[in-house]
Amino acid sequence: MFNFVLKRLAIAVPTILILVILSFMLMFAAPGGPFNSERPLPPQVLANIEARYGLDQPYWKQMYDYVVNVVTRFDFGPSFQYRDRNVNDVIMQGFPVTLTYGFWSFLIAVVVGVSLGVVAAIRHNTWLDYFAVGITVGAQVLPNFVMAPILVLVFTLWLGWLPGGGWQGGQWQYLVLPVIALSTSYMASIARIMRSSMLEVLNAGFIRTAHAKGLPMWRIILRHALKPAMLPVLSYLGPAFVLMITGSVVIDVYFSTGGIGQFFVNSAFSRDYAVIMGITILVGVLTILFNLVVDLLYAWIDPKIRY
Amino acid sequence: MKLKSLLKTGSALVLLSAVAANAQATHPQTGEALAEVQTFTYRVLDEHSSVDPQVVEDTYGADIVRDLFEGLMNQDAEGEVTPGVATGYEVSEDGLTYTFTLRDNALWSNGDPIMASDFVFAWKRAVDPALASEYAWFMELMSIQNAAEIIAGEMDKDDLGVAAPDDKTFVVTLSQPLPYFAQMTTHSTTFPVHPATVEEFGDAWTRPENIVSNGAYILREHVPQERLVRVRNENYWDNDNTILDEVTSLVINDVNQGLTRFLAGELDRTEIPPGQFTRLADEYPDQAISIPRLCSYYYNFNLAEGGPEALQDVRVRQAMNLAVNRDVIVNNVLGAGQTAAYNFTPVLTAGFELPELPIADMTQEERNAMAVELITEAGYGIGGQPLSIELLYNTDEAHRNIAVALGQMWQQTLGIQTSLANQEWQTFLQTRGNQNFEMARGAWCGDYNEASTFLDLVTTNSGYNDAKYSNAEVDQLMADAKTAEDPQPNYTRVEEIIAEEVPIIPIYHYADGYMFDETLRGWPVDNVEQNWYSRDLYKVVAE
Repeated sequence: MFNFVLKRLAIAVPTILILVILSFMLMFAAPGGPFNSERPLPPQVLANIEARYGLDQPYWKQMYDYVVNVVTRFDFGPSFQYRDRNVNDVIMQGFPVTLTYGFWSFLIAVVVGVSLGVVAAIRHNTWLDYFAVGITVGAQVLPNFVMAPILVLVFTLWLGWLPGGGWQGGQWQYLVLPVIALSTSYMASIARIMRSSMLEVLNAGFIRTAHAKGLPMWRIILRHALKPAMLPVLSYLGPAFVLMITGSVVIDVYFSTGGIGQFFVNSAFSRDYAVIMGITILVGVLTILFNLVVDLLYAWIDPKIRY
Repeated sequence: MKLKSLLKTGSALVLLSAVAANAQATHPQTGEALAEVQTFTYRVLDEHSSVDPQVVEDTYGADIVRDLFEGLMNQDAEGEVTPGVATGYEVSEDGLTYTFTLRDNALWSNGDPIMASDFVFAWKRAVDPALASEYAWFMELMSIQNAAEIIAGEMDKDDLGVAAPDDKTFVVTLSQPLPYFAQMTTHSTTFPVHPATVEEFGDAWTRPENIVSNGAYILREHVPQERLVRVRNENYWDNDNTILDEVTSLVINDVNQGLTRFLAGELDRTEIPPGQFTRLADEYPDQAISIPRLCSYYYNFNLAEGGPEALQDVRVRQAMNLAVNRDVIVNNVLGAGQTAAYNFTPVLTAGFELPELPIADMTQEERNAMAVELITEAGYGIGGQPLSIELLYNTDEAHRNIAVALGQMWQQTLGIQTSLANQEWQTFLQTRGNQNFEMARGAWCGDYNEASTFLDLVTTNSGYNDAKYSNAEVDQLMADAKTAEDPQPNYTRVEEIIAEEVPIIPIYHYADGYMFDETLRGWPVDNVEQNWYSRDLYKVVAE
């Protein structure tokens, strides 16, 4: 087990390095640069700026310096677009925002999704099942960029209950709409996976045995069926969790939360190389980390899996 | 009508007497009853670049900097120059030396008096290669002595032509006379900074906890990509006449979302999404406002070597220029108060005199008839050699609509086939800058309120001359204008030449549609540069 974790972490290092190199190559391949604008700068002014940020160095040197700074000083460099802050500041400011509403969305998606899926499976082919399937299909076909404007229209413009955007340090009123908009489609996916996997487990031999022993239904579900039925859901949850806490670009941009997704999009358009790299690495590291966590959870849930 | 206005006055009186008990404040000049809560919240499209006067490079940032800092001169509601930190200035006879006198009661937000040396520090900072400000070029444009050499690294920043002979006198030496120099000191790049603060905190000096500023407002809070809050500066010399207590800008990337939040009462000002002005002006006549801007929208012909051969023929360019029905574009495609453009420089530009332009006085039928004549003469168009042209623009719905309209006009009138090519902004800039296009969209906004900010674009060596147009007479006229007593005739002549040779097709002059809270007053609608100051704004009691 310990060896497994160590091995996975060891593989993570070259993976991230490859990620850095590929991202750098893509960035340099994209036309334009952080200081190109409609009114091209006089060459001398541009030269001064490029010297200041080391952009006059050859690509390999820029990449090398970057990696050295990140590894030795945990310094992700300055933002080209915002002079008074560096990438560390950008992430420190934007990530907690996204993490907050991403975490709540995740929690709601899992709790509601799993419950819906279980209920639908137990009451297979009854009106409850159809109702649950109806809701999940509805939630899945409504992507968040459609969901968000509808929510704002109803709750902000018509009812006037909730603000249409902003963050205000994460007060609950500002959380409600982003969380609903972000969680619904994940919730739907979780419910669907949960339902079909639960149906399969309920038909398994050991469940029939449990029934035969005369165990009450709730006990069969909670003690025996839920754990194995969670396996497919779990492999979905790892990447989904990372996606949710690192920037649902649509939610950040639409609700103007000041989250990391907003920085990511804007830095891509303005070629703010350092910010793009910083966020890419953050997402990369989190993805690797949570895939590992999911693998460990697998072993815990399914005794057949051994590392 | 009479009854209605009587009723209005009546209800205003009732309101007035009702609040009189609370000692309702009134506006010192107009006498309007002021609202109790004096806050202003507005939408910005994007996070601003910086609030450092020498670093800021975007208009949203400049709007904030004008609140936080004050330069030598300010602008009034019409864009005219009024005293700022300086009470006034004197110009030497040769026009090369400007002497500004600073007011005695001007203080920094920490209570320090503002010294002439603070301006010296700031101006040297702007050209310092170590700071590497994008707006260093603006100081070069101001013709300050040695600015260009310092930026090029050939001289030390201390050689800049600025001096502070005493605490309250600031002297600038120019390398050549510049008629609009004083106007340029209203630009944020020239605003002072507090030297001790800048030196102590480095790049982080503009953070709310560190910043020392001298404008009517101080920075209270800044959450990047979300909000920026500024509040009244008690140390500002004219604080007694400032009415708004708090100003907040909210970053809202999506313009439709901005409108929704305005309608939900969360904003006092927002931009109107393209194509919606007419509807909103009908529905909210007191709130939808169109403000003309010092900007022009045009299409470049690629006149560089290797560009399409047909476009080298001036008759083809003239024909295409004539065949554009601007009225359809401004009224039907855009419809937010934009005006048809038959020349490059917006008519509103200070001092600019429009030449006689025959094209402007013709009907579209006459223009089309003349266009057909010209294209036939050139051997292209219907019955002639087939011609197909690609229109390049940056990805945006409004640009696409215009390109589609242009294509249809040229197809119908001249039989020219067009295809559309849209590119993401940075890619577009590079493609256009390298002349990898046949015709490309262009737009230009004045950096200052004088025709040269536009017409410099058509000079041979301009870095912004994407058409690669070159005309020796134009170059000479523009060079002479720099030192001429009255440069306006030169500008008028250049416009005549452009109208004749058509290196670009001017399409329209900008106007921006805004929604404003109906109680907000004091917006400088007539300031074509839209340099607004929060200290001029106020809210009245709602009717």
